[in-house]
Amino acid sequence: MPEPLTTAPRELAALEAGLDALETAREPRIRSLRNLRRSVLPPVLAAAALLGVWNLLVLARIKPGWVLPGPGDVYDALVGDWSQYGIGAALWGSISRAVIGFGASLLLGTLIGLAAAWSRTLRAAVAPLLSGLQNLPSVAWVPIAIMWFGITPTTIYTVMLLGAVPSIAIGLIDGVDQVPPLYRRVGGNLGARGLALVRRVLLPAALPAYVSGLKQGWAFAWRSLMAAELIAVSPTLGPGIGQTLELARENQDMALAFAAVLLILALGILVNLVAFAPLERRLRRLRGLERA
Amino acid sequence: MTTSETLQPAAPGSLATRLPPAVQLSGVCKSFAGTATPVLDEIDLEVAAGELICVLGASGCGKSTLLNLIAGLDRPSAGRISVDGGHAALMFQESALFPWLTAAGNVELALRLRKVPKGERREEARRLLSLVRLDGAADKRVHELSGGMRQRVAMARALAQNSSVLLMDEPFAALDAITRDVLHEELVALWEGNARAGRPLAIVFVTHNVREAVRLGQRVVLLSSRPGRVAREWTVDMPQPRRIEDAGVAGLAAQITAELRKEISRHA
Repeated sequence: MPEPLTTAPRELAALEAGLDALETAREPRIRSLRNLRRSVLPPVLAAAALLGVWNLLVLARIKPGWVLPGPGDVYDALVGDWSQYGIGAALWGSISRAVIGFGASLLLGTLIGLAAAWSRTLRAAVAPLLSGLQNLPSVAWVPIAIMWFGITPTTIYTVMLLGAVPSIAIGLIDGVDQVPPLYRRVGGNLGARGLALVRRVLLPAALPAYVSGLKQGWAFAWRSLMAAELIAVSPTLGPGIGQTLELARENQDMALAFAAVLLILALGILVNLVAFAPLERRLRRLRGLERA
Repeated sequence: MTTSETLQPAAPGSLATRLPPAVQLSGVCKSFAGTATPVLDEIDLEVAAGELICVLGASGCGKSTLLNLIAGLDRPSAGRISVDGGHAALMFQESALFPWLTAAGNVELALRLRKVPKGERREEARRLLSLVRLDGAADKRVHELSGGMRQRVAMARALAQNSSVLLMDEPFAALDAITRDVLHEELVALWEGNARAGRPLAIVFVTHNVREAVRLGQRVVLLSSRPGRVAREWTVDMPQPRRIEDAGVAGLAAQITAELRKEISRHA
């Protein structure tokens, strides 16, 4: 009688456990200190080098001080004259507009994106329109918005919406468009149809692209806000960083202008760094698109 | 012949003949717009309840189209298809697990879409994962699993659909030989487990690997290419568990391969 060539279930279990262990050897985690050195140090060094070159140019006096103020002058304008120029109030004004404007864009962009995710026809209809809008510099809307609404907050929000909504909606639409057909088939086979398919398969699959859209939407919203503030200047509208920049131009105050530009830059980067970058990284890591 | 009571499959013809067929295709044709020859032509095929059949064929024989039709993802141009319970679970070459969910989450989604009450889902998902010996990997994300583990999670997810028919589209084609071998045993063990539990699972296993077909199937169906027709059929009389290196498996595989080659040469 020949030996049975079978593997008993217990042996099969051991075999499988061995295979599983061999094939899922853990990748070593990069230590956080090394990570810090790799990702934080280079940009900090680059910024320091830029500051050094700037200072050298100022010290070499290649241009008069009112044309090229030094880092010290800009620091004084920013911190020393904080209340004199109302930079604090301007900062607050811009930030609160940014929150309202981006919040409204988020809502509207997401709704449009969702509607388009739901219907293929709608998606085909609005996608080219939205990409067209996305390519149009939103500052082009400022004169029209002023003629419609005067120099009012509505003008500013209109320009922000026209700048940010297309990016946010397109992020979601692209995400849904790029869902692998296999996911739809699997979802369908599992019994997900209509709204369930959208909610359980299409939207989760589209999430990374949506977050990228939000990130871009924020960049456009912030730019549009500054453009609108720069052009729509009126005492009734209240202060903002854009208005501060315009004020600096009127007074030929180069240090203040530099200070305002630095603030705009810093805020834009900060929001990205605090909100969108970690969110994007987390999503990518959970899905195995990026090493831990 | 050594018999082991635990691994003996349900004897064909005992339970199976008393139940309605799991899948029945009669005169099924499928052609796609713009092509002269149909992909599938007059396919008549009956899969008994709890039967494991392997469908074999060269490229272009419409194997995947056939599964899509049975799964209801596509409609036949002509003919009738009936599936026991109206629904068949489907597995692919890629695991097609959702990367935003854990292993258990993927299984639970199948349960949720089947309207299993929330309180039962978690436990049921664990139970299904333990059937494929992945209890320890329940909270792992898809990218943390090896190819073989992914296919086992996919199997657990397919079982979660609670269909009496499982369609498998070259599910092990992308795995290395050792893992594939282990998964063959796993699949047969699951299939026998279902039969023992009185819930026979019919499996339609599509492959282009002749030995794999003979290793697994109670019946091997050879499809011709362009148009896809049932060219020949073999009943595999060897008891499970078989091994892919068994002499009997190799012998029948050689015979089927010769037939397959003849079939392919017609297209020269």
